[in-house]
Amino acid sequence: MVDRHKRIISNFDVSFLVSVGLLIAIGLTAVYSATYSMSGGTHTLFKKQLLWIIFGLATMAALAFFDYRRLERWGYVLYVMAILLLLATLAVGHSGMGAQRWLHLGPFTFQPSEVAKLFIIVALAKYFAEDGITRGHTLRQLVKPLLLVMLPVGLVVKQPDLGTGLMFLFIFCAVVIVAGIRIKSFLLLFTASAISAPAVWGILWKHLKDYQRKRLTMFLSPERDPSGAGYHIIQSKIAIGSGSIFGKGFLHGTQSQLNFLPERHTDFIFSVISEEWGFIGSITVLAVYLFIVLWGIETAHKAKDRFGALLAVGAVAMIFFHIVINIGMTVGIMPVVGVPLPLVSYGGTSALTTLIALGLLTSVNLRRFKLFY
Amino acid sequence: MKSDRSGFYGEVEGAGDIKKRLWLLSVCVVVFFAVIVLRLWYLQVIKGAYYRKLSEDNRIRIISIRPPRGIIYDRNGIPLADNTPSYTITFTPEDAKGRPEVIRKLASLLGVTPEDLVDYIKSEKFRNPYQPIRVRENASFAEISEVEAAKDSLPGVSVEVELRRYYPYGDFASHLIGYIGKITPAQHNLAKYADLPPDFLIGQYGLEQAFDKYIRGVPGKRAVEVDAMGHQKKILYTVKPIAGNDLVTTLDFKTQQAAEEGMKGKTGALVAIDPRNGDILAMVSKPSFDPNIFTVGLTSKDWQYLTTDPGKPLDNRALQGQFPPGSTFKLAVALAGLETGKATLDSPVIFCTGVWPFGGRVFHCWDKHGHGRTTLHKAIVQSCDTYFYNLGNILGIDNIAKYANYLGLGMKTGIGLREDSGLIPSTAWKLKYRHCKWYPGETISCAIGQGYVSVTPIQLARMAATITNGGVLYRPQVVSEIRYGAGSVKQFPPDALWKLPVKQANLDIIRDGMYGVVNEPGGTARLAASKRVVVGGKTGTAQVIGLGRGHGLKFKDNAWLVAAAPLYNPKIAVAILMEHAGHGGSACGPLAKQVIEAYLRIDDKSIAERNGFGNLTGTILHRAVMKFDNFTGSRMRAFRSMTGAAKAGMLLDRHNKRPVNKKRVIPVKAGIRGL
Repeated sequence: MVDRHKRIISNFDVSFLVSVGLLIAIGLTAVYSATYSMSGGTHTLFKKQLLWIIFGLATMAALAFFDYRRLERWGYVLYVMAILLLLATLAVGHSGMGAQRWLHLGPFTFQPSEVAKLFIIVALAKYFAEDGITRGHTLRQLVKPLLLVMLPVGLVVKQPDLGTGLMFLFIFCAVVIVAGIRIKSFLLLFTASAISAPAVWGILWKHLKDYQRKRLTMFLSPERDPSGAGYHIIQSKIAIGSGSIFGKGFLHGTQSQLNFLPERHTDFIFSVISEEWGFIGSITVLAVYLFIVLWGIETAHKAKDRFGALLAVGAVAMIFFHIVINIGMTVGIMPVVGVPLPLVSYGGTSALTTLIALGLLTSVNLRRFKLFY
Repeated sequence: MKSDRSGFYGEVEGAGDIKKRLWLLSVCVVVFFAVIVLRLWYLQVIKGAYYRKLSEDNRIRIISIRPPRGIIYDRNGIPLADNTPSYTITFTPEDAKGRPEVIRKLASLLGVTPEDLVDYIKSEKFRNPYQPIRVRENASFAEISEVEAAKDSLPGVSVEVELRRYYPYGDFASHLIGYIGKITPAQHNLAKYADLPPDFLIGQYGLEQAFDKYIRGVPGKRAVEVDAMGHQKKILYTVKPIAGNDLVTTLDFKTQQAAEEGMKGKTGALVAIDPRNGDILAMVSKPSFDPNIFTVGLTSKDWQYLTTDPGKPLDNRALQGQFPPGSTFKLAVALAGLETGKATLDSPVIFCTGVWPFGGRVFHCWDKHGHGRTTLHKAIVQSCDTYFYNLGNILGIDNIAKYANYLGLGMKTGIGLREDSGLIPSTAWKLKYRHCKWYPGETISCAIGQGYVSVTPIQLARMAATITNGGVLYRPQVVSEIRYGAGSVKQFPPDALWKLPVKQANLDIIRDGMYGVVNEPGGTARLAASKRVVVGGKTGTAQVIGLGRGHGLKFKDNAWLVAAAPLYNPKIAVAILMEHAGHGGSACGPLAKQVIEAYLRIDDKSIAERNGFGNLTGTILHRAVMKFDNFTGSRMRAFRSMTGAAKAGMLLDRHNKRPVNKKRVIPVKAGIRGL
């Protein structure tokens, strides 16, 4: 047993660990800076985040030693748990900023939709690993998994949390593409959704809250309402742009430290990094992310079974879409939807979820060789 | 990421198809990251400088700091225009963009309507973006506390401490000192004001305007870092303002004070000048205004009054009022007569019957009973019109004009403030401006200072100074020195314009006439006589023509008095005009005496202060001084050896025995009651 663990550890990729460590360091530095002027010297939020990260790292380490294949059996159980959690959130959830997203758990509050993402990834991986279709799915074969994912999407959008809802769909798409879809089905689906998009959009639009509508439209022309919904984007672009090549220096970002940047420790943390560390800093962050994502894809590639590969794809997709949507939002090329930047944004549930996902990836990565079984 | 198919451990079961499709995901990832990197390159490298500028605009506010204006002193160092710290509420509209409730809240706090506030903000269109606007100067403590308390809901609003112009004595010499106000757009276009900030305060009137470039100083600025609420976090750098240079004026506080008191409630002007150098010692124009209202915040009601009141409170009558000089002009006519030889002390001899027929008309002397046999001296002393009708007729208008001009009448004095010239008519003038010849009959009324003749009060004061000082005409000056920082001083020496080409003997004759006016029986200004100094003068009672017929008392004649003292070594010359006040001697005489005595420090108050009983006031003071004046020899020595309280007691003893005793009793009674 000890020997096996030694072998597993020796297979472990040190560069991955270094990357995750680097990212966590960058994230904590950014949270420290972003909360510097609001904490009044107590750094409460920074310390809270540090605790979450330590807890998350422990969880990740535990998962690395945990054989992911045991999850396969529990796939649908986890799915049902996710649905129950989301229902519970709707029923007794704690609302904040116009949405009902949080559940109280003793002294902690957490976002069930974050955990639900993981459970649904497991469920999707199990479904596609077991359906035995290797030569591409037809539309009919996709109906069941689509329903599987649409149920939680519906519940999340009802909170309303559009960002997470979209995230489920993106993850689903990524998993489907990798699990295989007939080219004909793909084109058909693509055209069908292109045609039906306006109608769906119309229905969705009616159910959106005012602030969501504003955010979505303002991304197209933020200057129309510089103090209202467009304010976030304008201030974020100013923060990022003014960082220039070398940045303004740690704790010297005027946009961040003087409160011009809203939500700067959560959704707009990338703007803080870009402002204080410049282009050099922002591409460093991107490079680390790129490495981790590609490492995740390689893990999928090396996985020894379908479930492992799809689980890795789901986890990587989750992390990747968070990165793209969040950074895309801060640089003004995507609409403002509240999606955290993995391991960097302040927020315990998000950090924990990301570290669990990385733990699952590690678990898959370490068990890529048959020899151990 | 090539397949591990050929690896040592062989093919992984069942996942091959998935691995074939993973490249799609990789491509997707790389493309998205590339797009983001390109976007960052665009924002941070290509547009970096642009966004850096935007972020600086976001956080840095340049606040212009008003420099302290130079202080304006009287000749003794008493500040007449000073600076005092006050609170200013500023507002930066950019910090509250899209938040109309901020404007509403600020407006209600300032007690104005939101529309007015918006209009005001719009009117400040020459300011730079992000430059705070001063929305309330001289804010009350209540107002600034309200702002501070509501700080979080008032983005862009802040409170500054600034120096405000302050005139400690209110309307004291207000026309001369002037006032300041915000630079107008029209003024900003002038080269001399071009480099000033848009809402800079500049002198708009009087000395404040004329010497603005010396006293305004150089504005400084302070760059402050603000947060997203527009609230100041720290000062980045400060360029200190440079204080303006101080002005020392020639005004004498006590003289001005006496003049202000005497003119209170009147309409008219008073000018006191030093005949030895042309220094202006006092200048009053009534009705006046309090220049503080221009810095505290002029209300529309104030402005309405200042600009539309028939008394024209903004006009400086001393310089800009053109009035017929009346009989004061006879001094100039007499000088012309003496110099041209048309008159001497003994001839002509006129027998005044009260009327003087000329050219089919009858001219009246002011004394309808007539003055009888009249020579030059008597004509001046008693202001006999008939004598001067005759003399004027003999002289002709051009001779009169020549000597009037020598005396500085009918021309600007060159004081350096806005003034009018008045008018001394001549045949050439009439031909040029009225396009017709001069009729001898017109000379008659001009000879007694009526008709076309008009002068300003300052011209008459200077005339009196020139006649009595031996014939030197000075350019009047108000500022004696400009004090630059670091002790360097620019002085303005007396500016003698010319020496009259007249004989001293003739000036002496006129001066003797002025003595008679005040000091001889029948003189028209006996009320100007002082027991402590020899005063000479000349009255005038000028008919107000074309105005007020049927308005009764409201439009009585204008009263004039010019005077100088000590007459044979003059240190002060005064001209007083009181509009619609009737006779010159009675209306202006006592005031002339007070002003002269105040300047020479021989007024009751000064004597009392010098001799140790300055604590007395009112009629008691006057009686005490009268008694003191009679002290001689041993009584004076006894008085001098006394202490302050005893001095007052000795002076009051005889006159006020009972009241003094009564006063002593009252507190005792009160004490008993208290027991």
